[in-house]
Amino acid sequence: MDLTYTDDQKAFRDEVRTFLNDKLPSRLSGKVASGKRLTKADYEEWHAILNERGWLGVTWPAEFGGTGWDAVQRHIFEEETTRAHAPRIVPFGLNMLGPVLMKYGSKAQQDHYLPRILNSDDWWCQGYSEPGAGSDLAAVKTTAVREGDHYIVNGQKTWTTLGQYANMIFCLVRTSKEGKPQEGISFLLIDMDSPGVEVRPIVLIDGEAEVNEVWLQDVKVPAENLVGEENRGWTYAKYLLTHERTNIAGVGFATTALENLRRIAGLEQSSGKPLIENPFFAAKLAQVEIDLMAMATTNLRTIAAAAAGQAPGAESSMLKIKGTVIRQEINALTRRAVGPYALPFVSEALDEGSNVDPVGPDYALPATQAYFNNRKLSIYGGSNEVQRQIISKAILEL
Amino acid sequence: MNFQLTEERQMLQDSLRRYLADTVSPEMLAEATESEAGHSETLWSGLAEMGVIGALFSEHDGGFGGAGFDLAVVFEETGRAGAFEPLVASGVLAGGLIAARGSEAQKARVEDIIGGAILGFAHSEPGARYDLDHVETKATKDGAGWRLDGRKTVVEHAGAAEAFVVSARTGGETRDAEGISLFLVPADAPGLTTRDYPLNGGGRAGEVTLEGVSLPGDALIGAEGDAFPAIEEAAARATCAICAEALGLMESIRALTVDYLKQRKQFGQPIGKFQALQHRMADVLIEIEQARSAVINLAGHLAADRVTRERHVSATKNLIGRAGRLVVEEAIQLHGGIGMTEEYALGHLAKRLTMVDHRFGDTDHHLERFIRLSAA
Repeated sequence: MDLTYTDDQKAFRDEVRTFLNDKLPSRLSGKVASGKRLTKADYEEWHAILNERGWLGVTWPAEFGGTGWDAVQRHIFEEETTRAHAPRIVPFGLNMLGPVLMKYGSKAQQDHYLPRILNSDDWWCQGYSEPGAGSDLAAVKTTAVREGDHYIVNGQKTWTTLGQYANMIFCLVRTSKEGKPQEGISFLLIDMDSPGVEVRPIVLIDGEAEVNEVWLQDVKVPAENLVGEENRGWTYAKYLLTHERTNIAGVGFATTALENLRRIAGLEQSSGKPLIENPFFAAKLAQVEIDLMAMATTNLRTIAAAAAGQAPGAESSMLKIKGTVIRQEINALTRRAVGPYALPFVSEALDEGSNVDPVGPDYALPATQAYFNNRKLSIYGGSNEVQRQIISKAILEL
Repeated sequence: MNFQLTEERQMLQDSLRRYLADTVSPEMLAEATESEAGHSETLWSGLAEMGVIGALFSEHDGGFGGAGFDLAVVFEETGRAGAFEPLVASGVLAGGLIAARGSEAQKARVEDIIGGAILGFAHSEPGARYDLDHVETKATKDGAGWRLDGRKTVVEHAGAAEAFVVSARTGGETRDAEGISLFLVPADAPGLTTRDYPLNGGGRAGEVTLEGVSLPGDALIGAEGDAFPAIEEAAARATCAICAEALGLMESIRALTVDYLKQRKQFGQPIGKFQALQHRMADVLIEIEQARSAVINLAGHLAADRVTRERHVSATKNLIGRAGRLVVEEAIQLHGGIGMTEEYALGHLAKRLTMVDHRFGDTDHHLERFIRLSAA
């Protein structure tokens, strides 16, 4: 038992810190820290900076141009970039599609797409969920019918995050209605500029159009865009989900959010004293901090096991539930901490360089909108109820 | 970063788990509470022979362990078995304080303790609740010796102890950290009386009254008036021990409950097939993992500076209190009627786990303390 990093790991952490100090533009970290809207160009700028250093393919092996880092190094990188308020790495190409192509894609697909992901030539989005297939993903209805050397795709995808920026989408499509629902699914790569693809924004309760509907009508997709074998897409989809679950606990996000809450609670006044001295507020803050201290160690236990070669199993379901519950609690406390200034909704104040002043303190609106936005955490990536089913089946064997 | 036990600790865990599984039974525990000793003399001598008491002390003090993770390993296993031997009272507290502050002559007692001698720690007083600095018991100079007067409450294993480490005030006011001293007092000292009684969750304790107890000068353990930091550190180690014990209790309760969910049939199927129960059990499991991490955090910071250590004491004890309550209440509910019976194995484990919240500060006490330590 040793709860501290080794000397090598400490040296690595220092290297990451130095890099962030030198290379993370203060314009970007300032926007992240203050909860301003990030643009497509902001994300691409950060991706390019990381790529230049060879640090964009965080989860990728070196042979594909990735870092080759182990689980502990990835954790340290995540911890440090979050602490420094770097923009997040957009995960769809890097953490989701990339690993699938490396394991199941053809050599041609790997050679073509992987460098384009690193170079930000393509912006990928995820075509999984459908109106009738949320937690029950195997119920996808979008069809792909083989005609000569093409597939003709018809259907509708939804909750497509940042689809408005994407030029490519990886889709689960139905190529067979035989057998179990899982057996007729294929994994297809689709160019969003193809005729018949239409993207419609969905405005969420935080007022932002972070997600989209993607309509596919008679879209012609070259057969070479099939990943792996026809009707084996469920296997690839599940493999992707295990990668989606890296950093599922969100310890870095929770830690940063807790620091922000502590700062706000020190500035807000309640009955002539800082809110943080109010015993009722202080008790709630302390309780979530204590939960986070334990969860961070649960997370490290999983990471240490992964670094020792153990595949993450249903433990990630426990981390997903606990991690999202903690983050949502911090968001709720932060919303309450800003008091009446949770009410004014002056959306323009969230844009960089906006000449519209916020009403009340500048941290109030981002805090409130983050609360609404992060209600998604316990829904996406397998809702927390689906995770409980996984725990019940895989660990408790009920 | 490494969460594996060392080879030695792994061996200790394996052999202790095997020994306790072979030795402890619900009948044995029930008899132990009813017995005059208030614990199982068979089990106690077995633990001493295995070197389990020695694992609570550092090599410097004559043991072969003494670190936070040694405590965690030992007490997770005793908790798993539902045992209540005087390991905390005699080993961690009385023995720990003598090892930390005793003279060479007094330290001979540590060897006795490792061999199975039982000492008690008579510290808590009526009205003190969980405040470690609340000491009213007076020690007054009496020629070359001392005279002790006061009352000590819920002194664990008082009836079995051959001697006590007693805290008493040699200066300052009731709730001052300054002015507290420690004394080694034989259980048969004239003026010392014990009212002995059984405890919820197993084992026995006593109310210890000191009326004009005369002690020689060399009964003082360490210097006069500055014992509080050592008491606080001993309490931190004891908290680590009982939090690990709570974790072991949780693991046993979890195993019993999952088994029961698979066996018990209602409405024509095992009740574990019902989603309402599955989700509750999944939440119990998540909190037990949190509890395990909390124990690791505390065990890993017992040797840290005072504020860091004590923040972890309070964080861990708070979390264990909350998780323990959830585990107990859900386990009883998921079992249904059988979980309410004295006879079924769950009852003892559930009560013992509940009582962890009443030793060394409860959930609220430690939440408030965590806030104070965080502001400092």
